[in-house]
Amino acid sequence: MISDAVVELSRWQFAVTSLYHFLFVPLTIGLSVLLAIMESTYVMTGREIYKDMTQFWGKLFGINFALGVTTGLTMEFQFGMNWSYFSHYVGDVFGAPLAIEGLMAFFMESTFVGLFFFGWDKLSKAQHLTITWLVALGSNLSALWILVANGWMQNPVGAEFNYETMRMEVTSFGALIFNPAAQVKFVHTVAAGYTTASAFVLGISAYYMLKGRDAAFSQRSFTIAAGFGLAAVLSVIVLGDESGYTDGEVQKAKLAAIEAEWHTEEPPAAFTVVGFPDQEAMVTHDAIKIPWVLGLIGTRSADTPIIGLTEILQNNRIRIHSGMKAYGLLQQLREGNRDEAVITEFEAIKKDLGYGLLLKRYTEKVVDATEEQIEMAVKNSIPQVAPLFWTFRVMVACGFISLIVFVVAFIASSVRKCRKDWILKLSLYTMPLPWIACETGWFVAEFGRQPWSIAEVLPTFLSASSLTEWDIILSLSGYIFLYSVFLVIEMFLMMKYIKQGPSSLHTRRYHFEVDERG
Amino acid sequence: MMIFDYETLRIIWWAFLGILFIGFAITGGFDLGVGVLLPFLGKTDEERRVILNSVGPTWEGNQVWFVMSGGALFAAWPMAYAVSFSSLYFALLLTLFALFLRPLGFDYRSKLPNKKWRANWDKALFVGGFVPALVFGVAFGNLLKGIPFHFETDMRIVYFGSLLGLLNPFSLLAGLISLSMFIMHGAVYLQIKTVADINRRAKKTAINFTLLTLVLFALAGYWIIYLDGYHITSEIFPNAPSNPIAKFVKRAPGLWLDNYGHLPGLLAVPGTAFISGLLTVTLVRLNKPGSAFIFSCITVAAIVLTAGCSMFPFLIPSSISVNSSLTVWDASSSITTLNLMFWVTVIFLPLILIYTSWVFRVFRGKVTVEHIRKNKHTVY
Repeated sequence: MISDAVVELSRWQFAVTSLYHFLFVPLTIGLSVLLAIMESTYVMTGREIYKDMTQFWGKLFGINFALGVTTGLTMEFQFGMNWSYFSHYVGDVFGAPLAIEGLMAFFMESTFVGLFFFGWDKLSKAQHLTITWLVALGSNLSALWILVANGWMQNPVGAEFNYETMRMEVTSFGALIFNPAAQVKFVHTVAAGYTTASAFVLGISAYYMLKGRDAAFSQRSFTIAAGFGLAAVLSVIVLGDESGYTDGEVQKAKLAAIEAEWHTEEPPAAFTVVGFPDQEAMVTHDAIKIPWVLGLIGTRSADTPIIGLTEILQNNRIRIHSGMKAYGLLQQLREGNRDEAVITEFEAIKKDLGYGLLLKRYTEKVVDATEEQIEMAVKNSIPQVAPLFWTFRVMVACGFISLIVFVVAFIASSVRKCRKDWILKLSLYTMPLPWIACETGWFVAEFGRQPWSIAEVLPTFLSASSLTEWDIILSLSGYIFLYSVFLVIEMFLMMKYIKQGPSSLHTRRYHFEVDERG
Repeated sequence: MMIFDYETLRIIWWAFLGILFIGFAITGGFDLGVGVLLPFLGKTDEERRVILNSVGPTWEGNQVWFVMSGGALFAAWPMAYAVSFSSLYFALLLTLFALFLRPLGFDYRSKLPNKKWRANWDKALFVGGFVPALVFGVAFGNLLKGIPFHFETDMRIVYFGSLLGLLNPFSLLAGLISLSMFIMHGAVYLQIKTVADINRRAKKTAINFTLLTLVLFALAGYWIIYLDGYHITSEIFPNAPSNPIAKFVKRAPGLWLDNYGHLPGLLAVPGTAFISGLLTVTLVRLNKPGSAFIFSCITVAAIVLTAGCSMFPFLIPSSISVNSSLTVWDASSSITTLNLMFWVTVIFLPLILIYTSWVFRVFRGKVTVEHIRKNKHTVY
């Protein structure tokens, strides 16, 4: 019997290590592109200052990159270490994009990043620029393949269950790659990375401008970040991945939970701005609603309904009953029964097998589950609404505030007399917002998929390895301890270099090394 | 496009996995060795920076071979990935924690002039080299002995071992082999990349550790005669769907030598390890580290390959439920996935080899104390 504690601890460990990894990844994705833009400007104009910009922001990129790589190792290993049943059950499908990520993207990014840092004197300008673009391409391609894998967890297309091997197997790799859930996720996540990096460069440049240091350097950085950031934040908002939530049953449940849509409404549905969702009573107290908005955003149409949670639960009940039958047939097949009728019947309802497996949390013997156990499974077949409702709103709020910041910063960077201190301070103090948005966004996407690790296919509860509680308590404490120490060291080093600014390049052209007017 | 049958694809993927392991042992191997040697061969801060920068621009790419071995295992041998990673939980955790120290150590160490800061990162880099180098072999040793796992209902993997169980004498010997082998390899590499004092120290280390590696390897070869090996006794269906509980397996001492009995030509693999090891020693002595490095690569490859050849077709034998052992014939991905990943690998692996060699070419030549002094703000 799988213990609840082991599953919960494994989930905590995955959440902690992913959220931590995701502190560094968006910055790597975005900053690599910004570095490539800066260096392109250097190669095209031949002005040294753009080279200095590439090298200085590159130093900060390096400090961040080291922890991104460090924490990424954990992610690659954790599936096998802590989620071994998941690895067995879907490795045939899920492993492929991860391996392709390694061969196509991670190898390239990691091999060339050394050249980016140490190749300045060994390569021609054009060669070095190519390398910088390849590092950027590598980190972005890396995101693509990871999100193809993650998109499949949300909307598992192009695969089906094979009773002989007791796992999911690929049927169409094309469907896996062109999974709409994955495509939308990729655009949304990468754009969020660009926004994060832009906010980083914008905020730090604003800090130098407020201090009156290195005007030429910081203004140019500010301008690039403002322009790139504005385009990025607009993409994040317009291509928000909520539009992908119409594909796949679990995505629909996620959308309904995010919006606390308890019952299907007459389309287009109203958008609840704030309120207090109450899952037991299935109502949202003190809700403030705007008519039509949700329907239009969620479905991009005026007459497609957004399915409410009540209807989703009813549908899930039917599928759980069907899943019990599918599990019963699977047991016969696993015992060697190859009766044509059994196979045909199983193939017809095997899409509901996952729903049958939801019962494993409440009983070992899925086929004789009691009504009470079935009701428990139904009740927990949708995620908890309140945490999703709130984190989603935090994410959206961060996105919109960032939009305002980038609009103002863009105006300030284009019109010289608009460059006011309050704008610089705003840019500096709102710097953490994209990070908050990225972390809450991760939470919405993954917590909203519960109780599944693979939507409609494999419950999270079954996915964990057969470890003991103490195994995971030890490993989780180890991760938390080491990661905390690393974060302190990284922040310390980052602050140190940010304070030094471009003078850390020791070119004798910047503040701390020369008289400002000299 | 499908040009191979399931059986062939499985063998190809066994070979690809071997290539990735060997790729890691060769490239990541000398990096780990250099990490272990850092505090011993570098007496001053500048010398240590020479050592760090001898691998500085390339270690990051080299480490991907390690990550990639895990990724390929996941994609092509999901059951083997699931069993090995969850069973060797603490061994891998320890390796991960040690590996964490490497990106940080390389990147952060020389970013501050503080002596204590640098000394601590040097220790971290030593641990980051030592632990993975040792655990790599310990893991292989445990694979040879078999891992205590079996399958419950619905193919759930249950593991009955402990961390202390992993540290049995044979596996520790295997750990020492990999540790000593990586130190040898790292020392030869340092002999290429450095001059003067470090070069002389590296030379001495390379000779000693090559000989030690060969002695330990011979000892393990002798031990294998008495060690329990595994053998499939029922009929094999190499084109059947992957189901690791549909066969019979026996376990008895010396069975790991079976393959050599059937195919005596295979003895060339461990033989190569000894011959190229001795050539490495000779060439190091003659101050020809470039050629010596080629032979230390061959030695490393032959040692890893020996483990693979002895175990084939086993991937992970189970010591408590021998019939549940994972083999090449019953633990792979579906034919569709193996085929797809075959093409991806055939396209990208050569590309990786081309650009990696190019990067090594760009950074060819010695790293000297003068180089460090001149670039003290930009190099590691």
